[in-house]
Amino acid sequence: MTPRTLFDKTWDAHVVAQDDTGPALLYVDLHLVHEVTSPQAFEGLHIEGRTVRRPGLVVATMDHNVPTTGDGVSEADDMSRAQMDALRHNCEESGIACFGAGHRWQGIVHVIGPELGLTTPGMVIVCGDSHTATHGAFGAFALGIGTSEVEHVLATQCLRQSRPLTMEVRIEGSLPPGVTAKDAALGVLNTIGTAGAAGHVVEYTGSLVRSLSMEQRMTLCNLTIEGGGRAGMIAPDETTFAYIQGRPYAPAGSAWEAAIAAWREMRSDDGAVYDRSVSIDAATLEPTVTWGTTPAQSVPVTGRVPDPESFADAAERESATRALAYMGLKAGTPIQDIAIDAVFIGSCTNGRIEDLRAVAGVLDGRRVRPGLRVLVVPGSAQVKLQAEAEGLDAIFTSAGAEWRNPGCSMCLGMNPDILQPGERCASTSNRNFEGRQGRGGRTHLVSPVMAAGAAIEGRFVDVRRLATPVGSRS
Amino acid sequence: MRPFHREEGVLIPLDRSDVDTDQIIPKQYLKRIGRTGYGEFLFDDWRRDGSRTPRPEFVFNQPAYTSGTLMVAGRNFGCGSSREHAVWALTDYGIRAVIAESFADIFRSNALGSGLLPVTLPAHEVRALLDLAGEQPGISATVDLETQTVTCGDLRFAFSMDGFERRRLREGLDDIGLTLEHEDEISAFESRRPAWMPDLQRAVEAS
Repeated sequence: MTPRTLFDKTWDAHVVAQDDTGPALLYVDLHLVHEVTSPQAFEGLHIEGRTVRRPGLVVATMDHNVPTTGDGVSEADDMSRAQMDALRHNCEESGIACFGAGHRWQGIVHVIGPELGLTTPGMVIVCGDSHTATHGAFGAFALGIGTSEVEHVLATQCLRQSRPLTMEVRIEGSLPPGVTAKDAALGVLNTIGTAGAAGHVVEYTGSLVRSLSMEQRMTLCNLTIEGGGRAGMIAPDETTFAYIQGRPYAPAGSAWEAAIAAWREMRSDDGAVYDRSVSIDAATLEPTVTWGTTPAQSVPVTGRVPDPESFADAAERESATRALAYMGLKAGTPIQDIAIDAVFIGSCTNGRIEDLRAVAGVLDGRRVRPGLRVLVVPGSAQVKLQAEAEGLDAIFTSAGAEWRNPGCSMCLGMNPDILQPGERCASTSNRNFEGRQGRGGRTHLVSPVMAAGAAIEGRFVDVRRLATPVGSRS
Repeated sequence: MRPFHREEGVLIPLDRSDVDTDQIIPKQYLKRIGRTGYGEFLFDDWRRDGSRTPRPEFVFNQPAYTSGTLMVAGRNFGCGSSREHAVWALTDYGIRAVIAESFADIFRSNALGSGLLPVTLPAHEVRALLDLAGEQPGISATVDLETQTVTCGDLRFAFSMDGFERRRLREGLDDIGLTLEHEDEISAFESRRPAWMPDLQRAVEAS
């Protein structure tokens, strides 16, 4: 039998129908739903008199709009509340489990799937959100879809997809001190560009990837979409199984044995061929800061804002020129001379318990720079509880940071957490697009420890030079 | 879905790459629960300043282009967020086809599902269209799905599109209806799924 990749195996196991030409019909094992991209899908079903085919394979939560203060509802604007009400109503009517505002399992959709044991290897997972790639960390084929596709999956539990190409991103070595999975992901994007993985499913392989925790793997897969990849995947191993075991919806007892036997098969065969391969040496990775308005526009923290003229490609030169104008930066400025106004720690990229522990490790016994606004937003209600049980919240608040309720928050600024025009933010999120965190806001993407370091100094700082070793607390 | 056969209209040149969906429709306008009314906010941060005064330099605000129904942009158009609202904003504004060097995957799927034609052309052809539409503001172009060509002035370029996508756009097909024709195969697939896979309904019934 021809050796197959992890992706090939997952795809082949989900083809319901395939015409001679055109896309395949794939079965969807898990459909995650949130308040912003679903109302029109449910409305479409109503108009056509259709129903949700498999409500048991759909899970809803509220994350994009929810205020991170108060009860998560009363401080929402009217339109946000209308979306949350619509989701609650649609789920009740269709028999879909909804972990809405105030629920103990509420949180960012890509945090709660894994946390509840719903995300497991070999699945096809979809969500009306581009960061669905996150779930690929478990060896699932997980992709973001639009609202018309949400409606299609609700009605049919299937998705039409043309088969993507495969791309291996191999990272060998181990993470140097102060360097995180976020830096690895930004490094990959800097290497391949914003469309470097377009049309491809990326499988991350290599000794670095194997050494990462599930949280770090999720960070790496999460950012696949920023390189245009349709999904990111990592073959499951003992680290994966240990993370899943015992979670609320994870298989248990004899089902666990059956599941784990199937999951062990979910890896690329020796000799499997990828359509493309990229190799990165982990030793070359450094704490990274984006300077522009795409996640691929980054340099090591020890570097300088580049001169647009230094790019060979005309489109890149034009893009860099526009980015520097928007970001209010001058070519040649050392990254560590850039002062910031705000820090955002959270999101589906870096809002998990390990991320918060790493931040606490830097902030413990220190103060954030006076005048700086520092938001720490847990990725889910469970992450919040866990952090509080470990006393992390006390470290954040005594350092002068704000400890909030779970949600997407300032990652995309749909709730009240936004930047003001011209404000500059060190952010652990995933997008530094113009206006992403608020109209006129300027976003620099960094790792959690780099964000914590910036919070203390009020400017970017090389975390490797901070006195306390990073992560010493945990 | 409105079928697409052929569209002749003013070509709007948006000479930028990596146009992300946050720019096409900023997040503050994603809070509606309907599919209409987004066109007013298309490229909102580029079209208007903080006090909502139109920025005259932005191409969509220039009189020669305001009636445009076709647009051309650089590579990786529609990257970022999966929001289909970006497609709805373009179609609601009146755009029927976008020509670009490349499209982000999710945007392209969304466009095909909402009757917006995504036309991919090589870099030098996109450049020629951007230059021509920039030098002759208000010039008309034609995008023809029947002949799979783009014409503008003396320029004539062929594009390709797979058979299923083309048929879907030409006939304005209902995707869900098409899929439900495979009911037997879907049911058969469901009967083969391993019992250990999560099912929240089963979990509720068991508890």
